[in-house]
Amino acid sequence: MTHPGATIADAPVPTAGAAPGTDPAPPVLEARGLAVGYDRQPVLRGLDLRIERGTVTTFLGANGCGKSTLLKAFGRVLRPQSGEVLLDGAPIRKEHGRSVARKLAILPQSPVAPAGTSVLDLVMRGRNPHQSWARPWTAEDAAVAEQAIAATGLTEVAHRDVASLSGGQRQRAWIALVVAQQADTLLLDEPTTYLDLAHQLEVLRLVRRLNREQGSTVVMVLHDLSLAARYSDRLVVLHDGGVVADGAPHDVLTPEVLERAFGLHARVVADPVTGAPMVVPESDEHVTGLAGA
Amino acid sequence: MSAASVRETAVAPGRRGVRIGPVGLAWRPRVFWCTVTALVTVLVLGVLGVAIGSTWIAPATVVRALLGLESGPESFIVTTLRLPRVLTGALVGLTLGVAGALTQTFTRNPLGTPDIIGVTSGASVGAVAAIVLGGGTYSVSAVLLGGGIPVAATIGALIAAAVVYGLGWRGGVQSYRLVLVGIGVSATLDAVTSYLLVRAKITVATAASQWLVGSLSSTSWSSVWPLLAVAAVAVPLALVTSAALGIGQLGDEVATGVGLHVQRHRLFVIALAVVLTAAAVAAAGPVGFVAFVVPQIGLRLAGTNRPPLLLAGLLGAVLVLAADLLARSAFPWQVPVGIVTTVIGAPYLIWLLVRHRKEMTR
Amino acid sequence: MILVPAPIPTLASERRTSPGPTTTALGVHRTAVRRRVTVVLVLVLVLALAAAASMLFGSNRIAVDGVWAGLTRTGSGTEQAVVWGSRVPRTLIGAAVGAALGIAGLLMQGHTRNPLADPGLFGVSSGAGLAVVLGVYVFGVTSTGATVWFALAGAVVASVVVFSVTIAGSGTASPVPLALAGAAVSALLGAVTSFIVLTDQDSLDAYRLWVVGSLAARQLDVLAAALPFLLVGLVLAVWNTRALDALGLGTELAQGLGENVVRARLVGLGGITLLAAGATAAAGPVGFVGLTVPHVARALVGTAHRWTLPVCALVGAALVLVADVVGRLVGGFSEVEVGIVLAVIGGPVFVAVARRRSLVSL
Repeated sequence: MTHPGATIADAPVPTAGAAPGTDPAPPVLEARGLAVGYDRQPVLRGLDLRIERGTVTTFLGANGCGKSTLLKAFGRVLRPQSGEVLLDGAPIRKEHGRSVARKLAILPQSPVAPAGTSVLDLVMRGRNPHQSWARPWTAEDAAVAEQAIAATGLTEVAHRDVASLSGGQRQRAWIALVVAQQADTLLLDEPTTYLDLAHQLEVLRLVRRLNREQGSTVVMVLHDLSLAARYSDRLVVLHDGGVVADGAPHDVLTPEVLERAFGLHARVVADPVTGAPMVVPESDEHVTGLAGA
Repeated sequence: MSAASVRETAVAPGRRGVRIGPVGLAWRPRVFWCTVTALVTVLVLGVLGVAIGSTWIAPATVVRALLGLESGPESFIVTTLRLPRVLTGALVGLTLGVAGALTQTFTRNPLGTPDIIGVTSGASVGAVAAIVLGGGTYSVSAVLLGGGIPVAATIGALIAAAVVYGLGWRGGVQSYRLVLVGIGVSATLDAVTSYLLVRAKITVATAASQWLVGSLSSTSWSSVWPLLAVAAVAVPLALVTSAALGIGQLGDEVATGVGLHVQRHRLFVIALAVVLTAAAVAAAGPVGFVAFVVPQIGLRLAGTNRPPLLLAGLLGAVLVLAADLLARSAFPWQVPVGIVTTVIGAPYLIWLLVRHRKEMTR
Repeated sequence: MILVPAPIPTLASERRTSPGPTTTALGVHRTAVRRRVTVVLVLVLVLALAAAASMLFGSNRIAVDGVWAGLTRTGSGTEQAVVWGSRVPRTLIGAAVGAALGIAGLLMQGHTRNPLADPGLFGVSSGAGLAVVLGVYVFGVTSTGATVWFALAGAVVASVVVFSVTIAGSGTASPVPLALAGAAVSALLGAVTSFIVLTDQDSLDAYRLWVVGSLAARQLDVLAAALPFLLVGLVLAVWNTRALDALGLGTELAQGLGENVVRARLVGLGGITLLAAGATAAAGPVGFVGLTVPHVARALVGTAHRWTLPVCALVGAALVLVADVVGRLVGGFSEVEVGIVLAVIGGPVFVAVARRRSLVSL
């Protein structure tokens, strides 16, 4: 899918769907006029955004700009103060929890498993939306869990306690849980925070594989701009209650956007390995005072 | 925020400091005025407490008797009967308030009362054992055994606290482990107390139950002196560690990084809390709720993030004195003060909970 | 017993699942299921033995065949009276109370994500206690068959008050405000109770026997009164198991997995209240079962609630029965009440567990 070039505007920028002239399929997720926050003051105001099927989208922005908030609003965890969220064209709040959970999976920040949980136990909990009183554990559940564990490369450690794994493995275990849910859309909130670079790459490569091989739609929140550029189809930069840039990484990561959204003085160069845009902060003498909030 | 502003004040940007001898305190106006108000209230209640009783003695006479300018039957009543009771009440409130502030701060939990260290349960076992096994009513025992019950209570309290600390020590003491051990030890000791209560004669059980609620009814000058001695030493020591307490709140690792000797500090704080509580409980029994609610009130009045020690102590004195006044005057018979402190304190805490949602997790 | 509800670090598991050859998920799952079924069967056997012991031992020495004769109503009048009047009710009530408290404790710990949560946090015990005392004082009701109704009413009313205060204060039933509200309400009710029992000896006599937690002098009508509460509570608890598994992962992930968190909380709190109220009404406040049994269950069968729930019921029931038998044997003619035995045994065990397990910080 192609996206139009990113624009820096004061108004939020809607993204286009398919090429003009064809009927666009309803986006997987859509926010209309969304205002959402934690107290009376909404963090995001009047936001419109569409997430297309089969894409990897990453939300970027400075701390407190509302990236996680937006993700949670999409994931039905936060109730918007005004506006609505649509899943496959229908308001998400009207739909039954389990039914939503079969289409949409969310992995929050820093999840904690109860003590004594093995990887297998954890992943099998992802089968929850497919079960009911009439349909308790079946062989199919176990098979799906096993596939999810294999897909995340954790077969060797499947019966080990989650707490005993390395950071990267643990994060992959949580992603396996979300994969076992067999939802088409995955919302991942800061899946790479607190991981070292090697483990961050592990997780992002896994995410890309899920997207390429299974066609999952992925929406992530990441901090690392260069990794986000390398592993996403589309970047959405949030600032000051709305979207300031939206489009392909090449179009979004420009020095102007970086200064506006992050207060960051940086250059954007091409990554020598993939050619994706890479953010390189300007030299320290260049900086006239501490940037950012 | 420019780099230049970091150098400004030692305490905090915009706050002045005050040095009193070796102790430096941050000048926080709200805390200061609350403390002064509390102190004045204590004095007023104290005078009223002496004035009110089966015979009314004019406050002016009270003050003159206190200053030694008066003699005669009223002076006798003041100095021998009422003054010890009022002083004990005030000191009990003071020590429990400070002890509660200490434990709530170092456990970082509003439910962390000194009971958690097992002091109260130990004291209860000691006192109830003395009452039940000593036989006879409370007042008789108090007279006969002299310092018997308070001594038994103190011994019980100190042994229990030592056991809890010792069992909680495993290469150092962490708050959580200490709390868990304290709960276990307290439960066992409480079971022993219950056992004694169930098996005692009903009159003895009544006397023991009265003690368990917290009462000032059999106080005399002999209860004042030990309590005064403890308070005079322990409360200033607690104030001195106040700064370290603030650092301890940041967690063991940060605190060690800033130079605090965490284990030594913790032992010191626990020892202070134990001694303060043991002294109070020995004098008047476990007066209900004071150590729990008073630090929380102090915290909210002063707008600080942890209970201010001196204010908590003074508020404790206010609560106990006010409760005792009510207990003596509002009912035809003497209600133990511990009941009244709870009946005042608990609804106030509930009201605070309902009104101030955001501050609850302190 | 003051409980500390702050989010406590999760305890690191000591079970190292041995890394065997890579087997299929289904295979591993099936082996685990088989192992858990075995555990459950063993526990059923243990419970049966405990029940048998409860029937056979007591202050009246009756031989095995005598018990059987009494049970089948073919024996002498004494045998029948003892068996049906004392042994059978104690066994049934003890098992029911133990199971109810075990399940309630499991639910509490699951909802608050706090391994220290105890069902008593809701003010159930103090509400029941006050109601029992009022029953004696105002209505002169002393038989256990009648006081159980008062206790039920008091327990439920107190819990409702605690919930209302919590929700009025914080808008959610989150742990810290809940515990504070529970502590405040419990203390207040306790103070009123103390007030009454200190004025009326009959009340004190009845209360001190009730408050330690005992299975003595209870007939089947007590069980009949509590049973509806226990059964409804059980149904709610069973209904809640799936949601609890998801909630253990955090509320956000639980919602993401399709659970309705608010409804799950309401169901859970309702179940806890009914189970705790029924158990407290039947046997008085029995501590430690709700606190420790879930830990045992988790150690035996893992964290999935569809397994831990029945195991908690079995272990809880067996524990109470064993404690009751021990109390009967140790006490000789005047037995030791089951609540005291549980605390005296439970306390040291709890301390030992707190010392052994390494407390991992979150």
